[in-house]
Amino acid sequence: MATGTTEYAVRRNPEMGPGGTPVPSPTDPFDAPEPEFGSETMLVNVGPQHPATHGVLRLVVELDGETVVSVVPRLGYLHSSFEKLGEYRTWNQIVTLTDRMDYLAPLIYNCAYVMAVEKLMGIEVTERCKVARVICMEMDRIFSHLLWLGTWAIDVGAFTPFLYAFQQREKVYTLHEALTGARITTSATRIGGMMADLPEGWTKGVREFADNLPATLDEIDTLLTCNAIHVGRTQGIGAISAEEAVNHGLTGANLRASGVPYDVRKDRPYYDYESYDFEVPIGCHGDCYDRYLVRMEEMRQSIRILHQALDRLPGGPMDVEDPRISLPSKTDCMSDMESMIHHFKLITDGIPAPAEDCWFSVEGSKGELGMYVVGDGGPKPVRWRIRPPSFVNLSAIAKLAEGHLMADLIVINASLDIVLGEIDR
Amino acid sequence: MTGDSSSRGAFDGFDLVAAGPGVAREDAGEASAPDSVPPGNPSVGALRERFPGVVLRNEICAGDEDVVYVNPARIGEILRWLHSDPDQHYDHLADVTAVDYGGGRPLEVVYQLWSIPHRAALRVKCELPLDGLEIESVTGIWVGADWLEREVYDLFGITFAGHPDLRRILMPENYAEGHPLRKDFPLRGRFSRAEQTRRALTQDPEDYYVPGEIAERVPQVVGEAGEGEGAG
Repeated sequence: MATGTTEYAVRRNPEMGPGGTPVPSPTDPFDAPEPEFGSETMLVNVGPQHPATHGVLRLVVELDGETVVSVVPRLGYLHSSFEKLGEYRTWNQIVTLTDRMDYLAPLIYNCAYVMAVEKLMGIEVTERCKVARVICMEMDRIFSHLLWLGTWAIDVGAFTPFLYAFQQREKVYTLHEALTGARITTSATRIGGMMADLPEGWTKGVREFADNLPATLDEIDTLLTCNAIHVGRTQGIGAISAEEAVNHGLTGANLRASGVPYDVRKDRPYYDYESYDFEVPIGCHGDCYDRYLVRMEEMRQSIRILHQALDRLPGGPMDVEDPRISLPSKTDCMSDMESMIHHFKLITDGIPAPAEDCWFSVEGSKGELGMYVVGDGGPKPVRWRIRPPSFVNLSAIAKLAEGHLMADLIVINASLDIVLGEIDR
Repeated sequence: MTGDSSSRGAFDGFDLVAAGPGVAREDAGEASAPDSVPPGNPSVGALRERFPGVVLRNEICAGDEDVVYVNPARIGEILRWLHSDPDQHYDHLADVTAVDYGGGRPLEVVYQLWSIPHRAALRVKCELPLDGLEIESVTGIWVGADWLEREVYDLFGITFAGHPDLRRILMPENYAEGHPLRKDFPLRGRFSRAEQTRRALTQDPEDYYVPGEIAERVPQVVGEAGEGEGAG
């Protein structure tokens, strides 16, 4: 590579000596005795209303100069006690609470919740429903990762990838709207099936999205992956070893970046994930840069799953054909007494669940998303617990950030990919 | 708005959830009470062999999920063994939570374990009577239990002995209405709306600025005088 020097047309300061040599200032600062700063540290408040905290996260940071000594996250600004609210609702009414937790990947939450309840009730959903939910979940994994990618780029100082990523996200919003009528709070699932069958031409829209996305990813790849500023800001920052990552309970891309190939889709497969051909990318350094690489690759793998799922999407009914679980069609309701009664009973009484408990976890976009549901034989849960992946991931931030600079704390926070709606619930 | 005590009285009949589940759960519990369910997970048998008398009973839930009820007094020992024994190796603590069945029944602390190398799941449960809500912390085994235990402490009022930093996590530190996920906690809180607003407006923002670990500052407690009394 040719080297050269660039001449800058800088205006000379008239005070400067001949030939541009600087005039020494009357008192050279380095001659003066350095004042004793002592070991006093400084407290800096970050958030809760700050774009770099990705929501209403508040970090109280103790700084020694610019170096982070300790980080104390303060949570609860978005606490809505969804778990308590759930105890007052029937199983189907809870679906609307789930997408308000992770509004960046609402369909994964909708699906995970009903999958847990279906397992508790012993309901086997139809083949079409399974594949449709896989499509929904993989689409929303990309949806969430794209938001992460855009905001991550902004946090390390690049603006363009944000626009590229959001352009693609907009297409998923449109698909959400076509599927459910809502762009964020989708509430698409019901126990035993979906809110409605897939609309006409929807799969074509998903395929188009999956076809076009790689080009955008390649563009962002070009902008970021080998970018010297990006690499310099993220490599070696916030590193955690595989053992520590497991011990801290990290899951999802944050764990895989440390080299642990734990992916719920592979290790506890659900919905025939074992029959899809995809790979689980892992990193080896566990730093912010590896988390970036892992998520980038995960999007490409999700596109592969999307294509396979779209190819195998069978026809047939979407909901289970059991009048105790699924609502009858509107036409039947209006013309047939039996269906009318079923409809009335389902809406007023709800679906009873056995007096058992059930833990079901799926691979969410942020990590292992667990749902723990406890029934008592009635139509409402005794307890509905969400294992929030970003809550546990965020708890490692103090360990990750200590000893790094304040600016790196923002990057580390971005690399964890948190969503506060789910942390505070 | 009326005073808090009278409004709570009026809500008692309405608040069916507070009474907890009906008889169905009780029956199911008694039916499976004999500890003879053949477990699907070999860890259950190994646990019985290693700690005779500590495993109270085991059951299988939702088809294939192994649940072990153990003596809460020895939970630290049991989980440490499950974590470090090479045949068990439950290195991933997926979740720590609690369940309140209401009606004066004991609270359950639930540990969801997963072994990444062996791909095995195990749920360990401890029953704590309402007058002895204390259990050993597992933060010494899994650092990740830190926030999960704080959440259980915050929302259920279970104390984790040996936890390095047991503070409320989701609710404010000077929250005086109790523990929201307990069945006897009314959905709208214990205080009247007016009292809740008064407390929110009079709290000292410094409480939330200075973390306890950095400066030993005692959080301010909002006026005891108005305890439970509606202002409006």
